[in-house]
Amino acid sequence: MRVELTVNGEARSDEVEPRLLLVHYLREVCGLRAANIGCDTTSCGACTVLLDGESVKSCTVLTAQAAGSQVTTAEGLASNGDLHPVQAAFRAEHGLQCGFCTPGMVMATVSLLAENQNPTEQEVREGLEGNLCRCTGYHNIVRAVLAAAAANSEGTG
Amino acid sequence: MIPAQFDYVAASSIAQALELLAEHGEDAKVLAGGHSLLPMMKLRLAAPEVLVDITGVPGLRGIMQDGDEIVIGATTRHADVASSSLIRSDAPLLGHAASLVGDPQIRHRGTIGGSIAHADPAADLPMAIIALGARLELTGPDGTRMVAADDFFTGYFETALAECELLTAIRVPRRPDEPWGYQKFVRRANDWAIVGVAATGGRIALANMGPTPLRATAAEKSLAAGNDPYQAAELAAEGTSPASDIHADPDYRRHLARVLTARALTGQR
Ligand SMILES: Cc1cc2nc3c(=O)[nH]c(=O)nc-3n(C[C@H](O)[C@H](O)[C@H](O)COP(=O)(O)OP(=O)(O)OC[C@H]3O[C@@H](n4cnc5c(N)ncnc54)[C@H](O)[C@@H]3O)c2cc1C
Ligand code: FES
Ligand code: FES
Repeated sequence: MRVELTVNGEARSDEVEPRLLLVHYLREVCGLRAANIGCDTTSCGACTVLLDGESVKSCTVLTAQAAGSQVTTAEGLASNGDLHPVQAAFRAEHGLQCGFCTPGMVMATVSLLAENQNPTEQEVREGLEGNLCRCTGYHNIVRAVLAAAAANSEGTG
Repeated sequence: MIPAQFDYVAASSIAQALELLAEHGEDAKVLAGGHSLLPMMKLRLAAPEVLVDITGVPGLRGIMQDGDEIVIGATTRHADVASSSLIRSDAPLLGHAASLVGDPQIRHRGTIGGSIAHADPAADLPMAIIALGARLELTGPDGTRMVAADDFFTGYFETALAECELLTAIRVPRRPDEPWGYQKFVRRANDWAIVGVAATGGRIALANMGPTPLRATAAEKSLAAGNDPYQAAELAAEGTSPASDIHADPDYRRHLARVLTARALTGQR
């Protein structure tokens, strides 16, 4: 079947099997490898991308279900070579170790901060409950999210 | 994991969805958020030949007030139920239950209708709608019928829905001032209840205490007879048949049901 959708701002039209999962479409058809497949069972969040601005686990979405939508992956966050504030905060606060969970963590954070601009630490921890870090680097991840929120609110003043 | 092959149709109306279901019978499955169905298809526990996606059907999504009831369209997502000010004020138990389903990503996809139609006895929303005394609107080729939440869950993952019927709306009584309690016992984030209890308006609903979500009728009767919540909660596991799994054996589940019912009846959440 033919699917038309927008990926990181670029309009695409591709012939896909109905059973093609969005994460496989992004990685194998679009060549975007940021979204990782960790558990493949909707648990770990490594495959998190934005669908019309909201976080979803792309291992549990059909490409066909994303037709007509805007998909954003970690590759689509930076603009003009500048890291997105959430990416910059993860780097500054050492919010990653091996980096496997990081694209998913970053995308989940972008979605979380869009819904709640000034989360408490507790709200950050609950807001990221769908993302697991196998290196268990949660403290720095939470610090990075809080730093990104603070940077955002300074920016919008 | 990759599902078996299927044809995908995005239905554009209720009538078209019903026609496809009638045409393909048990080879077809309704697709809503896909957050129960796709995991099952990936594990090849389900292999429908046709998926009828109803999320683009106009009029099936949204929350509105209709007299003494809130009407929630079947494809309304958990995130929208959880953040609705109407639900938070007039049926707060339901908003709370929706906010506890899985994690944010799951709540951005999963729908109230999908959760209820899936009928997992451990799920949050089936228990919540039983506690609230909701009514379900089912639409088939011959029109629409209403079924009480109490009568909807007929067996393990089985419901009153006929093969060629859709769950189209959930009608929840508006009770802004009614006290309520909600208890979900879990060991891990983003998990289903090992045992769950929802209580409001003299009704007590249990999750994961048998093949269907069910009411703790003995405890309800005790409460109605004027006993205090702790005495009533002692009867919460009467008549239940909880399963045994890696999380808990039946005795432990009965114990949890009693403890959690006491907490729910005293308004804890
Ligand atoms: C990791 C994980 C954790 C979860 N944790 C929880 C939890 O803590 N609590 C909880 O309650 N749930 C939990 N869930 C399940 C979640 O709530 C699902 O979203 C929900 O059960 C299914 O809704 P859906 O819209 O995704 O339905 P789908 O998966 O699309 O459909 C489910 C079933 O219902 C049928 N169906 C869907 N809509 C209709 C309709 N309108 N009429 C007739 N039939 C229909 C489908 O044919 C299918 O059989 C979890 C899921 C995952 C993957
Ligand atoms: S790979 Fe999708 S949630 Fe783990
Ligand atoms: S940094 Fe290694 S999994 Fe999170």
